[in-house]
Amino acid sequence: MASNEAAHVRDRVDAIYRSDSRRVLATLIRILGDFDLAEEALHDAFASAVEQWADEGIPANPRAWLISTGRFKAIDRLRKSARLESTDASALDRIAAAESASGDDDTVEDDRLRLIFTCCHPALSPDAQVALTLREVCGLTTEEVARAFLTPASTLAQRIVRAKGKIRDAGIPYEIPSRADLPARLDTVLHVIYLVFNEGYLASSGSSLTRADLSTEAIRLARLLVELMPEPEAVGLLALMLLHESRRASRTTVDGEMILLEDQDRSRWDAPQISEGVALVEQALASRRFGPYTLQAAIAAVHAEATSPGATDWAQIVGLYDVLLRVDPSPIIELNRAVAVAMRDGPEAGLALIDAILVRGDLADYHLAHSARGDLLRRVHRAEEAIVAYERALGLSVQDAERSFIRRRIGELRATSPR
Amino acid sequence: MKYLCLIYDNEQEWQKFPADVQQKYMGEYGAFTDSIKQSGQFVGANQLQPTNTATTVRARNGKLSTTDGPYAETKEQLGGYYLIEAKDLNDAIQVASRIPSARSGSIEVRPVVEARAM
Repeated sequence: MASNEAAHVRDRVDAIYRSDSRRVLATLIRILGDFDLAEEALHDAFASAVEQWADEGIPANPRAWLISTGRFKAIDRLRKSARLESTDASALDRIAAAESASGDDDTVEDDRLRLIFTCCHPALSPDAQVALTLREVCGLTTEEVARAFLTPASTLAQRIVRAKGKIRDAGIPYEIPSRADLPARLDTVLHVIYLVFNEGYLASSGSSLTRADLSTEAIRLARLLVELMPEPEAVGLLALMLLHESRRASRTTVDGEMILLEDQDRSRWDAPQISEGVALVEQALASRRFGPYTLQAAIAAVHAEATSPGATDWAQIVGLYDVLLRVDPSPIIELNRAVAVAMRDGPEAGLALIDAILVRGDLADYHLAHSARGDLLRRVHRAEEAIVAYERALGLSVQDAERSFIRRRIGELRATSPR
Repeated sequence: MKYLCLIYDNEQEWQKFPADVQQKYMGEYGAFTDSIKQSGQFVGANQLQPTNTATTVRARNGKLSTTDGPYAETKEQLGGYYLIEAKDLNDAIQVASRIPSARSGSIEVRPVVEARAM
């Protein structure tokens, strides 16, 4: 009986850890004013929960119990540690004075936003923002983050230590940005989330085309952000990621080789993700305060709603790219627009645009510019030029699935080429 | 917290400005300095002579060496600084962004090591 009871408590503690440990951590960081101390306190609090809840039963509000226990454990640690000599007493006073009953829902949700904005502070390097967000907000272990980014765990641990050091020593505040700063600060957060998503979806190097866990984590993060702060661009980014993610199963062969959008089996696209994504795009567009993420999501939605490649509304896609170029001019968006123009007006029109971009030298080393050019040349039966373009792309691409796709294309072209 | 805002700008460009433009810049600096004096964030500030007046000094094994010029040649040179009192880094960034040279050069914001209260 007793061991049964203990096992039951352990299961509950595990479940609460999964659902609430990040919330408790976010609040402890605010109360304690220190990331490392808060992490130690979090673990102390959960360790106490396993012991005490078995004897005393599970408290009515476990989260409030964990926060207040964590706070007391931190005070104990500070008192005991030799560091006390050099720690200014004001830290202890401040912690002791902090509201112990700070477990109410609004404060806790604000603390989660404080944690997100602090981890994504623009004074931290982008690498550090990503590592810290996955570690602190998502609760991934350092080893998990390192594995996902194909980085040695020691490098990643260093990066996190340095970022926490900067937060502490440079006085990065634990707060939600002011109204005036919010648009720029939100941009940084969205950028971090999209970076995590793309690392999982595009996998910039290595043998696996998708590292699904990172994409799932990014979507979870965006959901959290939308729930806490439903800004149009946050909604747009969530939509964009859901619409990309809906095609995950159909974008690679069983051997892991890439399948282009036009060749994908559309019946394998994830319908619930598409309808959720489309609804979110509409919500973001209706706000009239949308930006580049919403526009990209709108483009993805047009693709998602086409029952076949031929049924795609290319005129609408070109129109959306035009708006996107005005909002967020970039040669990569120009390239994507050129491909859409090729679909609307024919390959020659697209080729002229891509050549103009390449002549400018902007994307000369971008593998997708050369493979897009190769594809259009292939379509107008300029096989030899297509081979040259694909070979250029092959020389620039570092991703295995993409490389084997390009090699196959070159092989097909060689077979049909008169030479 | 105290932050040192180091002002980096291209001093050659600055010297090429016509007198009225330099005047206008100095006016903006004056207004900025007044504004942070009023808000109580001003601790200290100085404009530096250009880098052609700089001397780099090293003492190694008791031997003194002096060389002409700054420690490193860069496109932007240290031209002055403000020492400010700010609530936190966000506050300091906000102040630094209003330094007139932030628009042409860049401002490095560095927290000052505070003497520990024993």
